[in-house]
Amino acid sequence: MLSSIVRRLLQTIGVVLVMSALVFAALYLIGDPVSMLASPEATEAERELIRQSLGLDLPLWHQYLIFLNKAFVHLDFGNSFLTGEPAMRLIFERMPATLELATAAMLLAVLIGVPLGIYAGLKPENFGARSVMTGSVLGFSLPNFWVGLMLIMVFAVFLHWLPAGGRGPVEAFGPIQLSVFSWEGWRSLMLPVATIATAKCALIIRVARAATRECLPLDYIKFARARGLSETRVLGVHLLKNILIPIVTIAGLEYGQVFAFAVVTETVFSWPGIGKLLIDSIITLDRPVVVAYLMLTVVFLSLLNLLVDIIYTILDPRVQSKAGA
Amino acid sequence: MDIALESPAVRAKRESMLRVFAEQFLSSKLAVLGLILLVLFLCLAILAPWIAPQNPFDIGTLKIMDSKLPPGSASSSGAMTHWLGTDGQARDVFSAILYGLRISLVVGLVSVSLAFAIGATVGLVSAYFGGRTDALLMRIVDIQLSFPAILVALVLLAVLGKGVDKVIYALVAVQWAYFARAARGAAIVERNKEYVQAARCMSLSWQRILWRHLFPNCIPPLMVIATIDLAHAIALEATLSFLGVGVPVTEPSLGMLISNGFEFMMSGAYWIAFFPGIALALVVVAINLVGDHLRDIFNPRNEI
Repeated sequence: MLSSIVRRLLQTIGVVLVMSALVFAALYLIGDPVSMLASPEATEAERELIRQSLGLDLPLWHQYLIFLNKAFVHLDFGNSFLTGEPAMRLIFERMPATLELATAAMLLAVLIGVPLGIYAGLKPENFGARSVMTGSVLGFSLPNFWVGLMLIMVFAVFLHWLPAGGRGPVEAFGPIQLSVFSWEGWRSLMLPVATIATAKCALIIRVARAATRECLPLDYIKFARARGLSETRVLGVHLLKNILIPIVTIAGLEYGQVFAFAVVTETVFSWPGIGKLLIDSIITLDRPVVVAYLMLTVVFLSLLNLLVDIIYTILDPRVQSKAGA
Repeated sequence: MDIALESPAVRAKRESMLRVFAEQFLSSKLAVLGLILLVLFLCLAILAPWIAPQNPFDIGTLKIMDSKLPPGSASSSGAMTHWLGTDGQARDVFSAILYGLRISLVVGLVSVSLAFAIGATVGLVSAYFGGRTDALLMRIVDIQLSFPAILVALVLLAVLGKGVDKVIYALVAVQWAYFARAARGAAIVERNKEYVQAARCMSLSWQRILWRHLFPNCIPPLMVIATIDLAHAIALEATLSFLGVGVPVTEPSLGMLISNGFEFMMSGAYWIAFFPGIALALVVVAINLVGDHLRDIFNPRNEI
């Protein structure tokens, strides 16, 4: 088991290196920073001086190593062109808002999606189950921003029940600011969370349904029923334990996707998270922030994939023996 | 995966295979409804210049006093009724939707066709040659698929800039991997069947075996992916345009129209964003209903 984890870890490092090279190459291709920094009247000698001071006269591989060193050892991606603050600090400041949103949305999606999925898997021909499945087609085919827009229209513009955007008051919880401590904070969380949860819930329903249908005909379920166990126990313990494997995988991977997909929802609801920061930085061409965000996302998603694989190995002994062989 | 191959239909003639397929398809009312809607939208998009009551790009005909009219009100000249209202620039929302539909559908169809071509080639080559080629290509596919499509598209567009063609490139870049994986999955099953071995024995060139023998038998699963991906592409384009990195203002797709209307929504002029939104949702859901049923037909195991 250890060897398979080490192998996956090495693979992850490989992916991160490849992606960082891609980001670096894109950065290199986009344009010459000297033309942006030097005044238009600068002589060639002055330009050369700037080039030297930025280390742009070094060979490409050397520049890449410097980039890697700065990025991974010092977490230094340069300062934002707009605010002058270090790009990484800007991102870390915004991160709690996105984490809060993603966590709440994933929890909601799992809490609603798993029971509905099991129900749809138990009686697939039932009218209720079919409605659930048709609903799930709607859930993941409708674009995220569309769902958000409709929620705003109904709950904020027509009914005036909930705020249309913004984060509401936040309170410090240790070093991070969270909005879950006040009713106002909850109110502003509701619509964005519902927007993300709609799509993710649809996916989890489908996964839970497929897993339920796969597990139901198996012997241990029949045996549990034959032992006269109550239906709640059969479903809640024996079935749930086994369908949790695919659900954990999907939920884990989707959690990472939500983290990045929050770009859309955060823009619709003006939620001050990292997704909104990314889109603002792309539009204002604030390159250091974009690069920092990308590198962070690459590392985060790769680690998440690794983590899901490891949990998978622990939950499902069959994977372990296969990988260990 | 190949119900069509194992069912009695394969033994009958080609026409009856089509009929079996048609019967299977017609068995789902929702899918038929989706298909009808889809055909309707295609007709509307193609005929837009002839059926739209107003050319929304002809600035000369727009009168500023007609702006933000609610649905059903008559224009100031009394010449026409704006059934779905007008937007901030006095454009008839219904006409704008018809033209927007064109751009959304063109972007979707072109990007899916290109992604299909690239992905199928990669997938077939990967499955046919196997070994190192396969491992390398599928590793690239895996890595690509582990990053959210929206993020990859956003970054590409940040580098490429705005434009309909650039949106198409970005969509192709995020979608080819799905086709590659599906094509490989189908081709790996087919590769070891007798007809491929027979073709190999005849020492046909690998290009010929790939395209004339393997490819036709991998089409059904790829068609399912293509349908579902079309909906995905249209939704993604709308999202990108909504975020302001997609199509330019001069060629507004449905997403762009929704984005334009969003700022007016707070002041109560909901129709400017709402009706394009409904049109977008209907297109995407219609395609998905068709795709979902196609998957049930071609792939009875229906994993997710």
